[in-house]
Amino acid sequence: MLAPSGDTVAEITVEELRAKMGTLMEIEDEEHMLLSMGPQHPSTHGVLRLLLELDGERIVNLAPDIGFLHTGVEKSMESKTYTKGLVMTDRMDYLAPMSNNLGYILAVEKLLGVESPPRAQLIRMILVELQRISSHLVWLGTSALDLAAMTVFLYAFREREYILDVFEMVAGQRMMGSYFRPGGLWRDVPEEFEDAVRQFLDFMPSRIDDYEGLLTNNPIFLKRTKDVGVISGEDAIQWGMTGACLRGSGVDWDIRKKFPYLKYDEVEFDVPVEHEGDVYARYSCRMREMRESLRIIQQCMDMLPKAGKEFNLNDPKIVPPPRSTLGQSMEAVIHHFKLWTEGFKAPEGYAKVSIESPRGEFMCYIRGDGSAKPARVHFRTPSYVNLAAIPVLSKDLYVADLIAIIGSTDIVLGEIDR
Amino acid sequence: MSQDDLVVSKIKEAFPEAVESTGDFRGELTVVVGQEFVHDICQLLRDDEDLQYNFIIDIVGDDMLPEYPRFAVSYHLRSMDNVHDFRLRTTVEDPDEGPKTVGDVWKIATWLEMEVYDLMGISFEGNNSQRRLFLPEDWVGHPLRKDYPLGYEEVQFSFNYDAIQGKKPYAGKKQIGDE
Repeated sequence: MLAPSGDTVAEITVEELRAKMGTLMEIEDEEHMLLSMGPQHPSTHGVLRLLLELDGERIVNLAPDIGFLHTGVEKSMESKTYTKGLVMTDRMDYLAPMSNNLGYILAVEKLLGVESPPRAQLIRMILVELQRISSHLVWLGTSALDLAAMTVFLYAFREREYILDVFEMVAGQRMMGSYFRPGGLWRDVPEEFEDAVRQFLDFMPSRIDDYEGLLTNNPIFLKRTKDVGVISGEDAIQWGMTGACLRGSGVDWDIRKKFPYLKYDEVEFDVPVEHEGDVYARYSCRMREMRESLRIIQQCMDMLPKAGKEFNLNDPKIVPPPRSTLGQSMEAVIHHFKLWTEGFKAPEGYAKVSIESPRGEFMCYIRGDGSAKPARVHFRTPSYVNLAAIPVLSKDLYVADLIAIIGSTDIVLGEIDR
Repeated sequence: MSQDDLVVSKIKEAFPEAVESTGDFRGELTVVVGQEFVHDICQLLRDDEDLQYNFIIDIVGDDMLPEYPRFAVSYHLRSMDNVHDFRLRTTVEDPDEGPKTVGDVWKIATWLEMEVYDLMGISFEGNNSQRRLFLPEDWVGHPLRKDYPLGYEEVQFSFNYDAIQGKKPYAGKKQIGDE
């Protein structure tokens, strides 16, 4: 991060600015102009600052300047128990908190060597797929808004609101639910949950048709997105891109298919792949992904009644006892007290779990040292890695195209800076 | 031969002295190698026809205090064709003289190493873009190290506002302990 010198922001000359920026980029030509885009620019989707080196309006070079939202999540988690650390993961990718929760919880469960019961796994799948749709809706709305298609934004947020209402129904909170817990769920889903989700499944396909009707064949949208920000599949792999950015370049790679977690190996779905590698390809990948998510939710809803009633692991050393037992059982009181003060102890070793979050591959690495607190937690967040490819994608394009490219990579700054 | 065994045997074959230990915890293969071999092993892993580790998922720095060597770096590698993940791990004795950069093997590695340098303070030989990434340019210390205090912010009331304001560690301000 470039910091202002002294206590106040001093006025600096162009030469001084160049010297400062020189540590980030090499300026090739004296004729080129340096421009700072952000961190308050609305189309950078958060507090991202981009240093642009421009030749007229063409981008010669670009350096992302990040860290404005750095909150030290990884450091803070080392001082919290495994359960308490969960709440920090919600705040990283604030558009997909459920997916973050899942990645962390699966890593903790892997470290402990336990697995949650089938019902919990199905409910988790339903919720993360709903989360994927809601996250894609925000992406769709905002990235279309950047390209001056205002209407989609309003429609997309209407459906997202419905999903957030479902989250409020199950977790008590619209966004930062922390609903998944080690060994299962915080509580079972309420009775109305099934109706709400089924209703969503009924109306959502036609709504996706509506969005596509507004954008897919819209000549202005096509002009702004076709052949813009092209990256080949090989380059995308070299630059570590994941998610729709990788699949838009023709690489058939989805963690849900390749390394199935939860019950993804028991449901049928396709992985949308496009071969053009441009902004439009990433757009159509995500649009098709939403439909696939609906298919997954549908199958999970059908499997749910047969999955038993247990939504939590029957292990009092990991899962706190139900509130109702506290009045009758001394042991339950002891477990309850121990779990909420000291927490459970995880064995020594490393565990790494990758999941497919809406933005790409989300990896959680935990090193346990035998105590109740993790010795090291690390998150590989998809946005952080995808961001590094933006200079490659936007080389020799116009500033206006950069807006489309940032929108199409779907970055969330809370997740980049952590 | 399983993919796990294949990886280990290929590395052992090419670099007989490199492998210090191998571990398998919860179905994850970890290969611990000497720091000086990391770059060449990565090159081998990417280019070998049977291995083809063409994707680097992440580079993670670890502080193992009070153990010695104190630092460790884990490379999470993936072969997309063979659908296989594993962890290449190395211990680092002196964080100022860390392993050689693998930025020429996988382009993204430079960017991933920058994060390790900023937060954990392990520098990678040959990585020219090591700078403060998340933290302000003049920040002192590397927060993910175990000897770095967690820190907190004192609450300012009207009666002690100036006293606390005076000792707040703003970026760019001279702090106690600065040269």
